[in-house]
Amino acid sequence: MPMTMTEKILARASGREEVGPGDLVLAKVDFAMGHDLTIPHAGRIMREQMGATRVWDQERVAVVQDHFQPAKDVASAGLGRLTREFAREMGVKWYFEVGQGGICHTVLPERGLVLPGELVVGADSHSCTYGALNNFAAGVGSTDLACVLSLGELWFRVPETLRFVYHNRLSEWVEAKDLILHVIGQITVDGARSKAMEHSGEAISQIDMEGRLTMTNMAIEAGAKNGIIGYDEVTEAYLRGRAKRSYSPVAADPDAIYERTFEFDAEAVPITLAKPMSPDHAASIDEVAGTKLDQVFIGSCTNSRIGDLRRAAAVLRGRKVAPWTRLIVTPSSHQVAQAAEREGLIGVFLEAGAAWTASTCGACLGGHQGVLGPGEVCLSTSNRNFPGRMGDPKALVYLSNPVVAAASAVTGEITHPKEVVGKELVLA
Amino acid sequence: MTSVLPVMRGRSWKFGANVDTDQIIPAKYAIYSLDEKKLGEHAMEGVPGNEDGWAQQVSPGDILVAGSNFGCGSSREIAPVAIRGAGIACVIADSFARIFFRNAINMGYPILQSPQAAEAIHSGDELEVDLEAGIIRNFTQGDEYQADRFPPFMTELLIHGGLVPWVRKRLQERTFA
Repeated sequence: MPMTMTEKILARASGREEVGPGDLVLAKVDFAMGHDLTIPHAGRIMREQMGATRVWDQERVAVVQDHFQPAKDVASAGLGRLTREFAREMGVKWYFEVGQGGICHTVLPERGLVLPGELVVGADSHSCTYGALNNFAAGVGSTDLACVLSLGELWFRVPETLRFVYHNRLSEWVEAKDLILHVIGQITVDGARSKAMEHSGEAISQIDMEGRLTMTNMAIEAGAKNGIIGYDEVTEAYLRGRAKRSYSPVAADPDAIYERTFEFDAEAVPITLAKPMSPDHAASIDEVAGTKLDQVFIGSCTNSRIGDLRRAAAVLRGRKVAPWTRLIVTPSSHQVAQAAEREGLIGVFLEAGAAWTASTCGACLGGHQGVLGPGEVCLSTSNRNFPGRMGDPKALVYLSNPVVAAASAVTGEITHPKEVVGKELVLA
Repeated sequence: MTSVLPVMRGRSWKFGANVDTDQIIPAKYAIYSLDEKKLGEHAMEGVPGNEDGWAQQVSPGDILVAGSNFGCGSSREIAPVAIRGAGIACVIADSFARIFFRNAINMGYPILQSPQAAEAIHSGDELEVDLEAGIIRNFTQGDEYQADRFPPFMTELLIHGGLVPWVRKRLQERTFA
């Protein structure tokens, strides 16, 4: 039977010749991740309730301090301590302390810990990010993670696969973020519920690994189980010198069965934002230009990797953040922060009047370093803008790509970047 | 397999579509990740209009009814934990977001998918839920709805109290293998 990439990975991991949509399988997990909001709970379930005394494989577990760390208050310090103690007592090889890791979904790909053909789970909904590297990666809860930590296996329902084919190339100013916001706007936050989203086509082959990670990151915003992209030169180049294990890529069979195929002309996709208060409230920049902003947030596992910061800094170089608007820049990992420092980007942000924070999930989930009050309006490069996501339920959050965010910080209102930088963006 | 799923009776609380986990339990309360009672006090507080609290009005055994894609968003298991902590006996929805669905089943917390019930039930209706048969009775409206059947493995997890006993058994099998 022909299979999709997702089906091939689940078949291999469950020791079967073939699987199809709807099958329930018990599958071996290649890598698992938890963080400071999910490890304390998972650790307790695993040790106190399941009775496990060790993790199934110390080399295949990552524990990351990112959500409420550096500790935002006394209670978060307690969760950080439980997370740290768990990693230490279990001998977890890939433990990332504050100041050494960053946001889990940036850290795992950049350290070469999640690889093609693998089955990865993370106790965080945006674990679907890793699928850009040609693996099956899905978010799970704490009980699921406890099961994986104890046994190295977990039950899955094989999902139907939705295929998204993008013809032609993206237009100028339009990025991976615009493309995925456009897609979610079309299919809604319920449109891929529990299914696999497979991205392919000319536009995808032109998008770099950072942009691909942005696209699979937001699979969960369409309700998907996982997002996945085929293996190509971009994947191979990204993993060279980075991959921590050998790996076997998967490709979809030519006659694989898709529940549905969506085709898009990438060239026709405009700069796209999501309006309050749902990621599927897509709007072109023309529809929302002029919206006054209290805060701009460049951060999160969606859009604050080094390329994102380079493009945002190119907009801000020699310019200032508008009066009565604040800009917060949160690098998505320690390595990203180090690169930004080497390249002089931090100086550009500071000179422009932006706040540069520690690498953390921070403002994205209304944790710290940029929580919104009632009635405040924010433009964010993150992934989710449901009511209350970034603070008060009456705050209004728009989502965009980082270039639009940087340009809008300069004017204090949602702005097409060409109005700030002129004809084209010049990277230093 | 001797344990039988219970029959529950309670008053309904109705919510709309796409209620995400940050509305079910705002992330700021994630600091109470290990305290079900405290989480329960703040359940559904992120739903616009519920800022001043909701759980205080819930009587133990009440039933939450929601539209499609209930529990979308984050993977944090504190979402179903908070709802249980508030005293809600079970959740009926048009459909569930995938991770919320898994989390509830893994916890052995009863959820039912029934588009028919989710549409017809009003807030305050007196309901009876027969989990074993998958039947929801509405005494206020004199109506009855059928819930979708779950695959046998999931029903088995629910009957045995979730994923914890399943893992414990498997760990023991490995030890003695």
